[in-house]
Amino acid sequence: MNAITNPSRRGLLATVSSALGAFTFGFHAPLVKSAAAQGSAGVPEINVWVVVRPGDTVVIRIARSEMGQGTLTGLAQLVAEELECDWSKVTTEYPTPGQNLARNRAWGNMSTGGSRGIRDSHDYVRKGGAAARMMLVQAAANGWGVAAGECSAANSMITHGPSGRSTSFGAVAAAAARLTPPTDIPLKDPKNWKIAGKSIARLDTAEKLNGSQVYGMDLRLPGMLNAAIHACPVFGGKISAIDSKAAEAMPGVKHVLRVGDNAVAVVADTWWRAKKALDAVKITWDEGQHASASSAAFAEVIKAGLDAPEAAVGNRNGDARAALVGAAKRIEAVYGYPHQNHACMEVMNATALWTPERCEVWTPTQNGEAALAATAEAAGLPPARCEVHKIHLGGGFGRRGAVHDWVRQAVTIAKQIPGTPMKLIWSREEDMLQGRFHPVTMCKLQGGLDAQGNLVGLHMRISGQSIVAGIFPQNIRDGRDPVAFQGLNARGGEADIGYTIPNLLIDHAMRNPHVPPGFWRGVNLNQNAIYLECFMDELAHAAGKDPLAFRRALMGNHPRHLAVLNAVAERVGWGNTAAPINGQPVFRGLAQTHGFGSYVAACAEVSVSDTGDLKVHRIVAATDCGHAVNPQQIAMQVEGSFVYGLSAALHSECTVKNGRIEQANFDTYQVLRMDEMPKVETIILQSGGFWGGVGEPTIAVAAPAVLNAIFAATGKRVRDLPLKHADLRRA
Amino acid sequence: MPTKPPLGSGITEWQVGAEVAKLNVNGRVVDIQVEEDTPLLWVLREQLGMTGTKYGCGVAQCGACTVHVDGAALRACAMPVSAFNEGQKIVTIEGLSPNSSHPIQQAWLALDVPQCGFCQSGMIMAASALLAANPKPTEAQIREEMTNICRCGTYNRVIAGIQRAAGIGTSG
Repeated sequence: MNAITNPSRRGLLATVSSALGAFTFGFHAPLVKSAAAQGSAGVPEINVWVVVRPGDTVVIRIARSEMGQGTLTGLAQLVAEELECDWSKVTTEYPTPGQNLARNRAWGNMSTGGSRGIRDSHDYVRKGGAAARMMLVQAAANGWGVAAGECSAANSMITHGPSGRSTSFGAVAAAAARLTPPTDIPLKDPKNWKIAGKSIARLDTAEKLNGSQVYGMDLRLPGMLNAAIHACPVFGGKISAIDSKAAEAMPGVKHVLRVGDNAVAVVADTWWRAKKALDAVKITWDEGQHASASSAAFAEVIKAGLDAPEAAVGNRNGDARAALVGAAKRIEAVYGYPHQNHACMEVMNATALWTPERCEVWTPTQNGEAALAATAEAAGLPPARCEVHKIHLGGGFGRRGAVHDWVRQAVTIAKQIPGTPMKLIWSREEDMLQGRFHPVTMCKLQGGLDAQGNLVGLHMRISGQSIVAGIFPQNIRDGRDPVAFQGLNARGGEADIGYTIPNLLIDHAMRNPHVPPGFWRGVNLNQNAIYLECFMDELAHAAGKDPLAFRRALMGNHPRHLAVLNAVAERVGWGNTAAPINGQPVFRGLAQTHGFGSYVAACAEVSVSDTGDLKVHRIVAATDCGHAVNPQQIAMQVEGSFVYGLSAALHSECTVKNGRIEQANFDTYQVLRMDEMPKVETIILQSGGFWGGVGEPTIAVAAPAVLNAIFAATGKRVRDLPLKHADLRRA
Repeated sequence: MPTKPPLGSGITEWQVGAEVAKLNVNGRVVDIQVEEDTPLLWVLREQLGMTGTKYGCGVAQCGACTVHVDGAALRACAMPVSAFNEGQKIVTIEGLSPNSSHPIQQAWLALDVPQCGFCQSGMIMAASALLAANPKPTEAQIREEMTNICRCGTYNRVIAGIQRAAGIGTSG
């Protein structure tokens, strides 16, 4: 694919120079005066999703962003399935956010988060493919003077059954583009899929094997300058004074600039020179009211929320408090989950070119439209005079979606050097200190058992940070964050609790620190699943029951939750003793949840040595996402989810001291590496009838499955993450 | 003959006041002109226009910048260019093989190893150096030697890819 293609191809030409593997971009501003209905390379589009070139190459437009999750290939499979085209001739391109704006959002929502890429757009992209096929068939039928109903399409060819005549998509594409689009567009039964539903290879692998894939960081425009930036490490702090004399005298330095009231940038000919000079700028900060904030102090605020009288209710039935009072046995536990950084491998970056008439940005973004809005606002120009070119992302995980702080910075810098393209790259340290962090929360769980060990009441009090309050405060209603209860909601949504509990209360006391929150892959499902699934294990133990049997007794009304749990239990042979590995006994732990529309479960197999060393040997995972568009890609998302989830469970945390994040690079913000990676076996259930996301839900079962296995191994409950702080020697 | 990279093919500009040095990169001797403390990574990316080698951390933690120097894997982000001379053969992802034909690249293609792909240049360079030194590594050796970070989580497919390239089956 060509990730930087502009559908109009007017202006931005990506050319690859063979010399030393370098590349340049022909650059002419303004790029797109008006988004026309022209297709790639001047070929008219059949519709907004499909362009067929004369040589039968099929260009499928992808509105969502590819950041490794495979959505680009999956969406193309869905379009191609209905189009009946030759998959070997499929290529893809991104329409730009500016074109989407100019064409009244013809491509719909460009946001790529919440595991939404396929589940929210499968219907209209399949209809786009089907409508294009119908128009191609009609055009061929018109040419032959026969009824379209006598013609069929397959493998980019159209055949007239009675006469046996055939023609190619490319031969009739121009005529098809002139037809009126159909309004009644039937779709295939997924049972009849030939391209979708198959584990076919990704479309974007080859470029990633030889260094030719262009990421935002790699972009180069003629005459471009490079910028490094340092914002006040204390959130809310401002610049008090800058001494830039030494920096300005350093080689290659062009400008030392203020970026808003809280950041300093050095613009130089190369990034390395900009970075070095930035380190030589003496900045005095006014650190503001949070200068002495700390994680420890904030933990006290959250703890108080665990018993606060006021809390927003997320799920309630019966009378949990009364049930707890009347219970034969009462169990209580408090869990906690720290701040996390997304730590995308590619740090935040954007290239911007500002003139008084127009502003353009090239950036890796999960949400091109939000990037365009940020560009327009920072540029002081209407969105129609701005454009964003989406560049392939070196990881997103939620960091590059809702908040485009780095785009605003890039435009603010570019605005101070009109007419000069400027690439802003954050250092890793900047990326770590200026994150949008996984929210910090705690949860107090109280459960009541009757004399037979049945769960009669459960109260979950979550206390802590709200992502929505930090990013979309307008969506907070009566103090309630609707996303805070992911995986704990009553039935009927995309993230429902999988147990029927006669008396249940789940509520949230919102407590927001000054650290800015973000949507971190898995969002609130991550900690909610740890809290609920670890406590279910605690309750089972207190009831003297097997953790699987205890759960099953509560899941009769939740067959899909139960099906994934049963699938992992059967695969591992739950109930049988696991075979020892390297002389160490192996113990198992379970977890299940529902989020982003999919049902997921995991069984972890771990050993803990006499000295407390943990080894996660294998995880068996099950996902029911309804319709599976590319099973191999789903398996890759499940495997990757365990890396993300186990990184957080075992190693990662961001702590605050003196108002700022303490972990500035991978030496202190540790993540999972290959030596600790368990084997992963993925079971994909395709129960059909619904479309669930797969990029995120499995993360949430990684930690609780491991924590429950650790309890089985050691008798110890670890209730605070990361695990590196825990002493796992047997109790 | 030293080859002066042509301006306009990815070279920003010859840097005034900087020292001239020679490097042997992907089989060609090239002049470079930078401050001597400039990390090799940034010389490759900004002066030679070879952006396949990635900046990930700047402190030799993540391995996204891995290149070969005389056949051994090296993290280019934390090594000043002054540490190299034209007698040392530097190979980047762009020069690993013609047409992505190295067995590691072929195995990566067959198994669809990359996700976002940003770490994969470094991953492929580390894996190819590992196989050059140890053509039949055990799984334990792969896990021990391969310390590059991938946040998408391709580790198990990286292990399988190395085993495939080495012509050994996956274990258990």
